[in-house]
Parts: sequence; C-alpha cells; structure tokens
Amino acid sequence: MQIEMRGINKSFGGNAVLKNAGFLLDHGEIHALMGENGAGKSTLMKILTGVYTKDAGQVIVDGQEVCYKNPQEAEKAGIVFIHQELNVLFDLTVEENMFLGKEIRNRFGICDKKAMRAEVKKILDRLGVKISPEQKMSELSVGQQQMIEIAKALMVDAKVIIMDEPTAALTQSETEVLFQVINSLRKKGVSIVYISHRMEEIFQLCDRITVLRDGAYIDTKRIADTDMNDVVKMMIGREIGERYPSRNVKIGEVALKVENLTCPGVFKNVSFEVHAGEVLGVSGLMGAGRTEIMQAIFGNMPHVTGKISLYGKEIQNHSPEQAMRNGLGFITEDRKTEGLMLEESIRKNISLANLGRISRHGVINKKEEQDLVKKGIEELHIKCFGPEHESNNLSGGNQQKVVFAKWIYTDPKVLILDEPTRGVDIGAKKEIYHIINDLAAKGVAVIMVSSELPEVLGMADRIMVVREGLVRGVLSKEEANQENIMILATGGNLNE
Amino acid sequence: MNKQKTINKIQDMGALIALVLLVIVIGVISPEFRTVGNFLSLLRQSSINGLIAFGMTAVILTGGIDLSVGSVLALSTALCAGLIANGMPVGAAMLLALVIGTGLGLISGILVTKGRLQPFIATLVTMTVYRGLTMIYMDGKPISNLGDSFTLKVVGKGNFYHIPIPVILFILIFVLFMFILEKTTFGRRVYATGSNAQAARLAGVNIQRTKMAVYAISGAMAALSGLILLSRLGSAQPNLGDGYELDAIASVALGGTSMNGGRGRIWGTFVGVLIIAVLNNGLNILGVSSYYQDVVKGIVILIAVLSDRKR
Repeated sequence: MQIEMRGINKSFGGNAVLKNAGFLLDHGEIHALMGENGAGKSTLMKILTGVYTKDAGQVIVDGQEVCYKNPQEAEKAGIVFIHQELNVLFDLTVEENMFLGKEIRNRFGICDKKAMRAEVKKILDRLGVKISPEQKMSELSVGQQQMIEIAKALMVDAKVIIMDEPTAALTQSETEVLFQVINSLRKKGVSIVYISHRMEEIFQLCDRITVLRDGAYIDTKRIADTDMNDVVKMMIGREIGERYPSRNVKIGEVALKVENLTCPGVFKNVSFEVHAGEVLGVSGLMGAGRTEIMQAIFGNMPHVTGKISLYGKEIQNHSPEQAMRNGLGFITEDRKTEGLMLEESIRKNISLANLGRISRHGVINKKEEQDLVKKGIEELHIKCFGPEHESNNLSGGNQQKVVFAKWIYTDPKVLILDEPTRGVDIGAKKEIYHIINDLAAKGVAVIMVSSELPEVLGMADRIMVVREGLVRGVLSKEEANQENIMILATGGNLNE
Repeated sequence: MNKQKTINKIQDMGALIALVLLVIVIGVISPEFRTVGNFLSLLRQSSINGLIAFGMTAVILTGGIDLSVGSVLALSTALCAGLIANGMPVGAAMLLALVIGTGLGLISGILVTKGRLQPFIATLVTMTVYRGLTMIYMDGKPISNLGDSFTLKVVGKGNFYHIPIPVILFILIFVLFMFILEKTTFGRRVYATGSNAQAARLAGVNIQRTKMAVYAISGAMAALSGLILLSRLGSAQPNLGDGYELDAIASVALGGTSMNGGRGRIWGTFVGVLIIAVLNNGLNILGVSSYYQDVVKGIVILIAVLSDRKR
C-alpha cells in the first residue's frame, strides 16, 4: 500500500498544530517519522486514521483520495494505529482482547471460543511469540502486550501499521524480538510508520526518515544518505545550545539526601543526593521506576523504607501533606490527572497548594489570594483571560505554567519535576527552562525526571540513570552523553 | 469570558426560574397557596429537608453520597428522647444528640476512608445498621413521655417575631454553609477533593480528613433536623426520617451540584429544597393524590437534571 499525505493543516482552538505537513509512505518500507514533542507526528497519523479530521490537504491511498471518518474505517482499509498507551483491557484474556467487538459467533449467536482461540494461536505463531490465548492480559509484560497489539493488526490483515513509540517501555531483548517481527512484516509487504525518539533504533531499523518540525514537513531522507547530527538539525532547526538557557549558579551544600529507599518489587536501595542550586537529571526507560521513586520521596507510595534527610536532618514523608510541610514540592508527570483540577479556574488551582499562606484561621483572604494568583500569571507569563480562566481551556504549556505557579510560591527547598515539558510546545519549553534556572539560582534543589535525553543533557548538572528499580549510575556533566545514558538505562556497563 | 460568565449565570439561575414558575403557577390556581401563613409553614416544612440537604451537598461535593441521613436522624432522635424520658435535662440531651449524630456520620466517613468502601455501600451499611439499632433501642415502639419542656418545644414550634424558629435555623445554617464552602480553606479542600482527589492529595490536601469531616457534618445536620422533628411531634418514632435521603439528594441534584463532585453551589441546594417543598405543599393543597405527587416530583427532577446536563 502506498500513502501520500499532502499539505495537511490542522488547528485546535486557534492553535495551529499542523501547517502544510505531509509525507509519502511506500509499499513494504519502514518509514521513521521524527520530530520533537509537539511537532505534530501523532496528530498527522491521527488524521490519516480518521481520529481527527483535517482542516485542509489531501490523503491519497494507492492513487485514490480518501478521508476516513473514524479509526474503524481506516482499519477496514488496512491501516492500523498502535498507540503508545496500549489499548488493553487488563482483566480479559488475550483471546478476548483480540476479538473484542468482532467475536466469532456460532449460528446460535454464542461466542465460539474454540474457533477464536485457534485463530489467535495461528497469528501468535506467525509472529513467533509464545503467549497462550487464555492468559490474562495483566499477566503479560508490556512487551508481550505490544505483541498482542501487533497480532490484532495482523488479524484484520493490516497493510500499514503505525507504531507510536513502541519501544518506550520495552527491555533490550523485547526490543530485539519486536524488530525481528517488524522486519518479517516488511518482507511480507506490510509498510510500517515508526514514530520514535530513539535515533539508534531508527538508524538500525528504518529505510527512510521524514522529519516534521512545528507542525510542518521539513524533509525526507534515505537512512543511507543521512546521519544523526543531520537529523537532529532538521528536527530542531537550530543549534542545540540555544534550546537550553545557560545557568551560572554556585552549587551549595547537600539539600536532599536519600539513602537506601526501597519499595519491594518496585525499586531497591535507591541512594542519591541533590545540592542546593543544583539540577539533578533522572533518566531511564519508561517503567524503570523513576516516577515511583519520586512519588515515594514525596510520601505518595505505601510500604517504603529508607532514610530521607533535608539539610542533614532526617525527615519523615508519609504523606504528600507531610512532605510539603517539610519543604518539598512535586510537579507530577501527568498534569491532567495529578496536577490540575481541570474544571477549576487558574485561581483555585494556584491557591490549592498555598491555602495556608493566603488564609487566617482557615478563612481565605480574598485579596491575598488575588495578589498571589496575579503574581503567578505575570511572573510565569501564563497566557489567559485572567485568574478565573478555566484550566481546561489553556494550552499544554500554559497549564504546565499554572502547575509551576502552584508550587514555586510554596517556597520549596527541594522541587521534584517529573517530565516537566511533556506535551509542551517549544516556546513554552524554553520558558519553563528559565523558570527552572531561576529556581536553582534561588538555591532550590531541583530533581528533573525526563525521558527526553537532550533535555536532561542540556539542563542537568548531574544525571542519575535508573533501570528496573536500581540506580545504575550518576554521571557528571563531563561523562554524560546520549550513548552513556542509554548504555546504563538498558543494562550495559560503561567500562566495557 | 464575560459571555461565558453570563451563560453560566443564566444556567445557574435555571433552578431559581423553575422555582418562581412553580410558585406562580400554583399560586394562580390556588388562593390558599398564596397566603403568608402558608408560605411560612412551607418554609418550616422545608427546614427539615433543608438542613439534611446542606450536609448532603458537602458530601456530594467531595464525590460521595450519604444514604444514612434518615437513619442517623432516627437513631440520634431516639436516644435523645430516651434520655429525656429518663430524666436527663432537655438541653443536655439535645446537645448530646448532635454529638451522637456527628459521631454516627463520622463512622460512615471512616468506612469510606480507612475502610476504602464506596460511599454508596458504606452509607448503605450504616443506614441499615442504624435503623436496626433504632428499632432495638425503642423495641419498635415510640417514646412519647417527654414532659413539656420549653426548650424542647421552642426548637420546632417556637417563633421569633412571627418567624418559626426552624426557618431561622434553616437560614442561619444556610449562611454558615455558604461561608464555609466559599470562604474557608476547608471549603476549598472539599471542592478540590471532589474535583480531582489525586491532584488535591499531591497538593497537600488531607483527603481522608476532609472526607471524614463532611460525613460528620452530614450526620450533625441529620441530628439537628431530627431535633426539630422531635420537638414538633412531641415523640420519637422508630421509622422517623425513613426515605429522607431521597428528598435531600433530589434537592442537591435540583440545585445543580454534580453527582461526581467538585461542582455545585450551596444556594443551588437552597433553591432545590424550596422546589421540593413547593411541590409537596402545592400539590397537597391542589388535592393531587400522593401517588401522582411522586410521579410529578420525579418528572420535575428529571427535567431539572436534563437541563443541567447541557453545561
């Protein structure tokens, strides 16, 4: 199947996400779609598969202009999108998941388990994976779940499979299995659109690369004709130096010291320290336990043992409330579910973490609240109509700034940032980096968890790498590069 | 923004417009309805449901529900009557009833938080158990030998400048709730808990304490409501307050509070309470049979909730 997308435009509420985007997918090729977060890769693919409707442009499949109204229609045509967040019902079995909504029924209208199981087995054998159709989805590893998604695509006889960050949660060996499967699919004439941030993988696996930037098509190159630096330049459009504002802060004494933090089955013997005025980057693959470690430090995980001290004094963080009182702040990974009350105003969101500051004897001082919120909106350049603007209607970057405003006025001694720029456009990203630098300059110890290696490399003074719940190493600025981090994150050793 | 505000305001007014329309329609049909005396008695009747509905609003704002209010009312009233009949000073017995009601509500709150039960199930349990305890304590029979204490009578039957004491209580508690929910940090925590519990928790809100507090408040309101009933009836009945949770929940829903929590206003509940009271009172005066009354009430609630969904 050959797909051409031309001149695609798409905006959400006045915010142009795609501006003249497009690409050309050939029969039986593995085509990498690259670009920074917010470059429009996923949006482009969602338009192809009918999740979104385009504002302008053409989608041509095998010479025919098409416009799928929904993913089901695209699927019928043979185009399947495997999303990063897998579409899995954990309490059901493999077979039930694969046949969800398209169960084989016998002539009495009753599900024919036997036939479905046989079909599942046939497809899984074809993929060369050993999973029983009767296993519960929750018993499978993330890699195996990914295989089930691919099996689902094969079941509907997909000619094009779109994969969004398929290896983000996979171990090295699972990734290798996935690559074998992808290669064998290509031999059978299936085309793959491969969305990933991982350069090494793309250069190992793909035939061609298309780069998008700020919603626009930049270029398509054959892998043989390009190299990583070239691709990065296309993705960013300028030198990397500018993206991360420099910081000239004298690093002070140890602020937070974590010793032997353990949560059985999640992470073990985590020890590290952060200094005042320092930004400690935390790297690792998805599911490595980074977020869980941070949640534990902030008192939001049960059954945690170990010692946490702040400026030499041991503290107990058994609840977020306690951690806050001890002088910690936490900007969570998912602002929509953990960071914001989406249906509430900017005012109520910012003041929630500052209620003690703006009240006397439990009664809120309206003026102090207004002043605080106005200060936040001004200092962090939150683009909004005013304090009563509902958080739901803000762009990702401005939502994130609201979350920052909520925390920085609590005057934290240690601020933990979990994926602080996820889903934030490039301009707002830089503003957030400035905010982080300002905090460090004020002597706040900053811990920054991020999956974006360039961001960690650009912002952190030191980088801690976590793999499968263990701290694999802490790299100084001099030692740190993409390669070293990936080696540690995937289980290798640096001195080999 | 301003446009949106105006739209919100009009939608907020929906329940109020419905109330005014109901009053006009019933008032036009029935001369008996549109008398000062009837309005005062209507308000007095509404205070029983009103106090319960205020407590219920706080619970529902956190994303919970309290089915136990009718049983809390019955049990605290029964104990109060029993204590008075056994010679305890009336004032002390009434205060104790409030404390007991608070405690009974708190137990529901503990089941919801520490016991991690769904609010619906937790309060279904306490509703059943408290009703059973009431029956056991009263042996299924009313307690009526309460003497004729002034304190007891004044709560339900007294007037202050021609305004019934229950109505004054109703309005005072309304203002108190408005203050607590709108102006205090506790109120902010109640809304935050219902709006996004996880985000609130991570912002340092003690979710469990907030939830326990609203169930305790709901229990206290049920007990206070029970004292008014005790005063008016002059006796405690084992089946007192049966089904009161439904009118209270209906009032909250009519007032536009989201059953998922996080959104709603106490004055909406105030209007909702009045709508229920006008319906009860008006349909009675119009001589509509009680079977039809329930159907009409149901339909009014349905219309109100459907129009609310457009938000």
